[in-house]
Amino acid sequence: MHRYRFVLTRPLQFLPVLFGISVITFILVRLIPGDPARVILGTRATPTAIANIRAQYGLDEPLIAQYFYFLRNLAQGQMGRSILYKIDVLRLIGTRVEPTLVLVLASVVLSVLIAVPMAALAARNQGKAADQAVRIVSTLGIGFPPFWLGLMLIIVLSVQLSLFPVSGYGNTLADKLAHIALPSLTIALSLSAVLTRSLRVSMIAMLSSDIATAARARGMPERIVFWRHVFPNSLVPTINLLAVNIGWLIGGTVVVESVFAIPGMGQLLVRAIFSRDYMVVQGVAMAFACATVLVNFLADLATVAADPRIKL
Amino acid sequence: MSVLARPAFTPGWSKAFGTNGALAAGSAILALFVLAALFAPLIAPYDPIAQDAAARLAAPSLLHPFGTDNFGRDILSRVIWGTRIDLQMAFFGVVFPFLIGTVVGTVAGFFGGVVDALLMRLIDIILAFPFLVLMLSIIAILGPGLSSFYIAMALVGWVSYARLVRAQILVLKTQDYAVAATSLGFGRLRIMFRHLLPNAIAGSVVFVMSDAVLVLLNGAAISYLGLGVQPPVAEWGVMVAEGQPFVTTAWWVTLFPGLSIVALAFGFSLLGDGLGQRLGVAE
Repeated sequence: MHRYRFVLTRPLQFLPVLFGISVITFILVRLIPGDPARVILGTRATPTAIANIRAQYGLDEPLIAQYFYFLRNLAQGQMGRSILYKIDVLRLIGTRVEPTLVLVLASVVLSVLIAVPMAALAARNQGKAADQAVRIVSTLGIGFPPFWLGLMLIIVLSVQLSLFPVSGYGNTLADKLAHIALPSLTIALSLSAVLTRSLRVSMIAMLSSDIATAARARGMPERIVFWRHVFPNSLVPTINLLAVNIGWLIGGTVVVESVFAIPGMGQLLVRAIFSRDYMVVQGVAMAFACATVLVNFLADLATVAADPRIKL
Repeated sequence: MSVLARPAFTPGWSKAFGTNGALAAGSAILALFVLAALFAPLIAPYDPIAQDAAARLAAPSLLHPFGTDNFGRDILSRVIWGTRIDLQMAFFGVVFPFLIGTVVGTVAGFFGGVVDALLMRLIDIILAFPFLVLMLSIIAILGPGLSSFYIAMALVGWVSYARLVRAQILVLKTQDYAVAATSLGFGRLRIMFRHLLPNAIAGSVVFVMSDAVLVLLNGAAISYLGLGVQPPVAEWGVMVAEGQPFVTTAWWVTLFPGLSIVALAFGFSLLGDGLGQRLGVAE
């Protein structure tokens, strides 16, 4: 099982990146003009609270020392308190993870369901009308702003056809899925445009690969060559593509949560920016960055599991 | 990098565009928007911020082809004036990262060693953050506005260009003409920017176009969220946000600014594809 040795070593390679993420999020808050204690506590803080925060964050000491205070607090699971919600930032983020996670997963599933048939159609008809149509549609799709597309879907699918709820999240599982349908379709339509373009290229390359030629030489019909050999092999690059586009996906989530009033991490970030709740901004930015690193790790894992020849 | 596929001689129109439909269509779309931006005061039928209480939320008609918003402002005029802001956003949002990234990538690739290793780690860290999240965090510190958007773009956007250029420079610096330039005693700056960079830049030039799409979408999204261009300035993302409360009754307020974003983004994408074909760079 030495192929999977990287499961143990790769996290060590992530350490410099995680260190960098912590430095950047630390610097972000320190760059805000004004007394850092007031930045952390808000303008209406009491003198005792300010004295406490000064001791906890080492605000009277040099910046390097402050960074180590920051790391120590982080190791103890303390990322500060939200000025707006009056609770610990980590716990606040914890309550917002589920809607965002559901939205991201639903978007990925939907976009793969859209992108794979589109790319297959284009690749199998390379240069013909179907291929041109897919290329034009996906080129157009990349330019669709998610916040606007979401509103257009609301007009057509919620208002005209009354198929889905307009906004919010819901309580039961079925209710949540109904609420997440339009937002995830919004993200999936833009994400699938990106996926289709790349997937089409990798399918076309795979169509002229030795695997496909060998299958054709054995007299296998073109349809079976495609679905048995070309399609499964082009899924491996798709996993990586999704990992590469995780930033795009999270960005889309942030915007779409605001459009549909979904109480997730993205909406939390936007509201925190407006209310100058800097500890929350810092916490959400760090959480999203760590999630990105984690997704890349999982993508490596999936790639190795899917293709025995790949060693990391 | 193949330039062999290019025909030896083609006159006039086809000399510029050849059979490159994407390049021609993309240039045409972009030219249309540039003209609209330049001649906005002449083309727009109304003042983009003039309110008309008598014509609130009027549906599209001959008088107001795109209808009016809740202040009675003419949507068509606002879309035309918005072209100025959104084109400007795409332009500056790409130019600063392009310049910074190109210089950083050239220096990192040319010198290698510690400089290169440090810069590459910095790029890894910046790329660990989702683009929009880091942009929003920086804007949170600087405060909302267009200048904050440009600063955040410059701080975050250069990494893609740096990676592209660095990869090219790494290959080019071992080629004969680079070695020849070194043995002729040319200075490092001259070799980097006169000999290597012009040959390394094609990929970045093509990437500029797909980057312009992302910058346009992000700029409009940030303005939609209320953190970029501020009302009453006519900007397409702001217009969509302003139309959202009326989306069920007055669809035209949000439809047309959004369509403009789609059209401009399509123009940039086509131009990128066309340039890619023309310069023999595949993304």
